[in-house]
Amino acid sequence: MLNQQTHNATPTKSIAKKLSGAYGDKVAKVFMQTVALAILALLFLMVYLLFEMSLEAIKEFGFGFLTSTDWDPIMEEFSALPFFYGTLVTSILALLIAAPISVMVAIFITDILPVKLGQVLGLFVEMIAAIPSIVFGLWGLFFLAPIVREQITPLLKSTLGFLPIFQGPSFGIGVLTASIILAIMILPTITSISREVFKSVPQHQKEAALALGATREEMIRLAVLRPSFSGITGAIVLGFGRALGETMAVAMVIGNSSRISASLFAPGATMSSVIANEYAEASAGLHLSSLCYVGLLLFLVTLVVNSSARFIVWKFSPIARSARKDKRA
Amino acid sequence: MNQFKFRKVRNKLFLFSLSIAAVVCLAPLIMVTSFMLQKGAASLDLDFFTKLPVPVGEAGGGMLHAILGTIYMVTLGSLMAVPLGLIGGIYLSEYGKGGISKALRLATDVMTGIPSIIIGIFAYILLVVPFKSFSALSGAVALAIIILPVVIRSSEEILKLVPKHIREAGLALGLPRWKVILFIIVRGNLSALFTGVMLAIARASGETAPLLFTAFGNMYLSYSPMEPMASLPVQIYTYAISPFEDWQRQSWAGAFVLIILVIGVNLGARFLMNPKALKNFLKRSSS
Repeated sequence: MLNQQTHNATPTKSIAKKLSGAYGDKVAKVFMQTVALAILALLFLMVYLLFEMSLEAIKEFGFGFLTSTDWDPIMEEFSALPFFYGTLVTSILALLIAAPISVMVAIFITDILPVKLGQVLGLFVEMIAAIPSIVFGLWGLFFLAPIVREQITPLLKSTLGFLPIFQGPSFGIGVLTASIILAIMILPTITSISREVFKSVPQHQKEAALALGATREEMIRLAVLRPSFSGITGAIVLGFGRALGETMAVAMVIGNSSRISASLFAPGATMSSVIANEYAEASAGLHLSSLCYVGLLLFLVTLVVNSSARFIVWKFSPIARSARKDKRA
Repeated sequence: MNQFKFRKVRNKLFLFSLSIAAVVCLAPLIMVTSFMLQKGAASLDLDFFTKLPVPVGEAGGGMLHAILGTIYMVTLGSLMAVPLGLIGGIYLSEYGKGGISKALRLATDVMTGIPSIIIGIFAYILLVVPFKSFSALSGAVALAIIILPVVIRSSEEILKLVPKHIREAGLALGLPRWKVILFIIVRGNLSALFTGVMLAIARASGETAPLLFTAFGNMYLSYSPMEPMASLPVQIYTYAISPFEDWQRQSWAGAFVLIILVIGVNLGARFLMNPKALKNFLKRSSS
């Protein structure tokens, strides 16, 4: 509409005038579109360069990269399986620890605490996300690892020691310590998304449950948790995506061993930690290329996990759907 | 009656376990900060800010080069990313309907989710391989790629909050659209935009992984963008995994400074912002 109005003005305009009218609008729009396209191009360039760099390893190992278990830079034998396994185990263990706690904290903030107090608690949780990964790593190395070695390990061994995952010696650094750190780091992610999900539960639904004589626990179970199920799932999957890519804290406490071990006390390595540890020192082309291949796989895995989280949250959640409708109206 | 009691007990137990969860959730935060306060503050002295590292075995020395290096690379990275990010965010909020905007929004989501170590690999391939040397420039580019999607995201969210009638009022006065955007919408929300930018910068300045094999780190002062450059996080890492106690102490001090810096900028930026935008940003920043 605006364009038409300005087009009708006299055609003999100076450049300055032109710039202030529809012409300026066009320039501005094209300029912004160019920048947008440049950012898109950057992403494509990233993926392409990563792929190109891994090409050597892809040609050499193909899909066998994910089935063999040897990672030996000296013999030039490379395989991502130990790291894939390490990433999966640490991330899942971290989720098992963090998911229940974060969902409970989210309920506590949205439905139990007074609003002001809830906001304060929420801010504290957000602060966990602001702490740099390296600080968690340092803390894990000098504070958490000794605790795991001297207190948590004996406790687990004496109670659940018959399970193969709780056997073997513990040096403090290892899969378990890395998982605990990861759990702490993904707490804020899951909490804040769950909070959003719980907040979108209509107030009258909760009041209806209470009016029927439900206790608070029943109200939360029936009126809040049940309709939020897919939203919580999405939050947890997104936390999983965060855990997969976390690098420094894990690299510092996991012990960096490319051997697959059933015990959670044993050292291990994740896809990101092996890149962090070996990339700067990798001199041989194939070693470097294999690390890039690991990076490419990590990228694809996080991409799939993050997209499915978004998909779950936005497509399957009835609450999110109605919230979106409200926003549009 | 019995069942009534059972429900009541279960309710109490449930509320109790929620409070336990909150305590468990806050415990690490308290433990990390107190650990840093104890160990970090105790190892901190004036030399830390004013001196360069000394060889192993000699006492003293500091991290002046790493502090300056972090400031240098974060500034350089912000100079690259912030203008692009703001333009991208403005484009998404003002022209957010077309195909390009949809693609850009998707790309932003993807970029936010990329593990920072992979951004490091990218910067390595892009700038370290062709120049055959670790460089501050490649580190700055890596940081810029981390800052970019966060700035796009936050500025889009902030500008979307501007009510429609304000845009319409500007257009009704006969202003061209780009003037409405620049002089009414952007200018009216400068402080909120600034906060979004600062949050992104705070996040980037704590990043270690993308700098490990781009800026790499060194032990002396360097101002050249084409040379390796130390940064606080990488220096902390190098010292932390070293076997020397003196270096480990320094890394605690470094972590203490870093945590104060990052959380300080983060909190400072949050409270500068107007409450409405703050709320919305908190909502969206982590989703």
